[in-house]
Amino acid sequence: MEMVNVTINGISVAVPKGSTVLDAAKQIGIDIPTLCYLKEINEIGACRICLVEVQELRGATLGPKRMVTSCVYPVTEGMVVTTNSPAITASRKMNLELLLSNHNKECLSCVRSTTCELQRLCQEYGVNENRFKGAVTESGLDLSSPAIVRDGSKCILCRRCVAACRNMQGIGVIGANNRGFDTVIGTAMDGTQASTSCINCGQCIVACPTGALTERDDTDKVFEALGDPTKKVYICIAPSVRAQIGECFGYEPGTDVEGKMVAAVRRLGFDGVFDMNVTADLTIVEEANELLGRLNNNGVLPMITSCSPGWIKYCEHYFPEMTENLSTCKSPQQMFGALMKTYFAEKEGIDPEDIFFVSAIPCTAKKFEVGRPDQSAAGVPDVDVAITTRELGRMINRAGINFKALADERFDTPFSRGSGAGIIFGATGGVMEAALRYAAEVILDKKLESVEFPEVRGVEGVKLAAYKLGDLEVKVAVASGTKNAKELLERVKSGELDVQFIEIMGCPGGCVNGGGQPYQPASVRNSIDLRAVRAAVLYKADAATDLRKSQDNAEVMALYREFLGAPNSHKAHEILHTSYIKRGL
Amino acid sequence: MKKKPTTVAFRGTKEQEEKLLAVIEKHKDEMGKMMPILQEAQEIYGYLPIEVQKIIARETGVSLEEIYGIISFYAQFKLNPDGEVAIAVCLGTACYVKGAGELIEAIEQELSITSGSTSADGKFSLEATRCIGACGLAPVLTVNGEVYGRLTKKDIPGILAKYKA
Repeated sequence: MEMVNVTINGISVAVPKGSTVLDAAKQIGIDIPTLCYLKEINEIGACRICLVEVQELRGATLGPKRMVTSCVYPVTEGMVVTTNSPAITASRKMNLELLLSNHNKECLSCVRSTTCELQRLCQEYGVNENRFKGAVTESGLDLSSPAIVRDGSKCILCRRCVAACRNMQGIGVIGANNRGFDTVIGTAMDGTQASTSCINCGQCIVACPTGALTERDDTDKVFEALGDPTKKVYICIAPSVRAQIGECFGYEPGTDVEGKMVAAVRRLGFDGVFDMNVTADLTIVEEANELLGRLNNNGVLPMITSCSPGWIKYCEHYFPEMTENLSTCKSPQQMFGALMKTYFAEKEGIDPEDIFFVSAIPCTAKKFEVGRPDQSAAGVPDVDVAITTRELGRMINRAGINFKALADERFDTPFSRGSGAGIIFGATGGVMEAALRYAAEVILDKKLESVEFPEVRGVEGVKLAAYKLGDLEVKVAVASGTKNAKELLERVKSGELDVQFIEIMGCPGGCVNGGGQPYQPASVRNSIDLRAVRAAVLYKADAATDLRKSQDNAEVMALYREFLGAPNSHKAHEILHTSYIKRGL
Repeated sequence: MKKKPTTVAFRGTKEQEEKLLAVIEKHKDEMGKMMPILQEAQEIYGYLPIEVQKIIARETGVSLEEIYGIISFYAQFKLNPDGEVAIAVCLGTACYVKGAGELIEAIEQELSITSGSTSADGKFSLEATRCIGACGLAPVLTVNGEVYGRLTKKDIPGILAKYKA
């Protein structure tokens, strides 16, 4: 590799040719502040916060000092870089003050206060909020979507959301409209968010440095139900929440806080705190049997998983001809709600109308899913409210619960313990691996010696594997992120790729990188792979448990024995399965 | 200036769509294909309503928002068709200081349309233009290219009456 020698703040370093000044500085531990920059997603040098001074060789002598944006400016041989000087500080500060001149500065109650990257920079640079006063851009507040709220008054036009939607997810329902001072981030023809083919994945939210994009906050609805003596209020918590919610309380990414999380949520006043891993296991039993049925009866193949509501809506809009390929299984969240209002209500003698069921999930698209048709097994919505990991963290803080001081507690019965197969649902490839653990035992009719399927693990966008199970060769594919899903499905449609079973998650890396996960600033997102760090928690928990297969989960087997009958039975279909809509564009 | 969506019903023909598809086919593998496609689409239809944008999105795989982002950015692209009676009021410096703003207000009131749009029946359109080089006649407007100069707002009803029939 060709190397280039540069001097940064007096330190010499050799970096690969083509590196940016920002990358080169990082190599020697010098952090340059950024705002619009998201590594490999948004590299456009728009915000001009990463300004540095460079001098480049002109023949044998150094040229004059110039200010450049380090996130996109490539190093050249002999370059001399200064990342801190009074002139640089003054420029960065001025740029921040100009951004603030057109920014809604209601920081006190803003949901992003303390996690806002703009706020942090303004504090670091000691800006004057009101240096430039004048007209502000006319920009709307879009409350049309059940999942995503867009507040243009807090937007700084960094385009990180646009890049997440267009470049990373391959969707592009939001973008910059108009020109100059009138520029706003909006949708086609300035329509509402809900009118677009937005899949509610929320990747725009976790990309946003400010409070311009947020989830629709449903915490008040939950607090209200908790205060209503006529309601029995239950909550189930998704596999990946335990691996991330610690980040809301200052833990490093990749810390498993399951025990404290259960204790904290119980202290919020729920009548029961349940583990969604149980219905992840149930999903596996239903879905794997559905797959075996399709394999044996010439059903529609490849079958595609249906746990991710972002992916489901993507399929309905962009691949409406493939909705028959989707498993008819409800997602673990919806199965849980359906069981709460049928099985659990019956068992406990409670009217389903009096049950208020909450799910805590790493996902904004689940807020849309709860309102979908054919998701009300007991005649009332299966799930009343879906709240994101962030909202659950907010509720715990608002209730004055000292998360870090709590002793570990366990989930409540009858949904108290999922298998390792259920835990890994939160990572891309996890549902596939869980299903293989089940299907392999059924097909081979004997206990598996090794339950691990490392071929389908990891953060790659598309993974392929083939397994010989007795006489049967099962070919599988895994994709995460809708751009990768599109690439995979085009190959399947063209006939180039022959597979029987596909797992697709709407967000890159799966739920651990969901749009409802705790905010991490670009400085963290650019330096560690959150997808891998967070997924490692789940695989570690799976490796540590003695219950690793869904079919060995006694609580799931009790559900079939006491209530559902057999997997894919008529009753199971009525309660645990759903249908889809061919939406198109 | 923000562009206004049209209220005029889309009257695209089969022939126009065929022409558009040919244009897209011609440019679809080029880098920076969207500008020539949009320019030629506007030549075909006279403007770029949502219906045309949707055809372009479907055929190119570029998202509808990205297309709208381009249209709303460049002054050359129009969301409204010219009316049968196309009124253009000059907002160049001379006309502006001589009261062209009042002319626009008067026309807006008289026709119940806003500057930058076209009446729903497609009859009248109103736009503000840059200097048209007739400063000696300021304030000036044109109707289907015919120039009217040294106007006051009182002249507006009389001018429009000629075209209302």
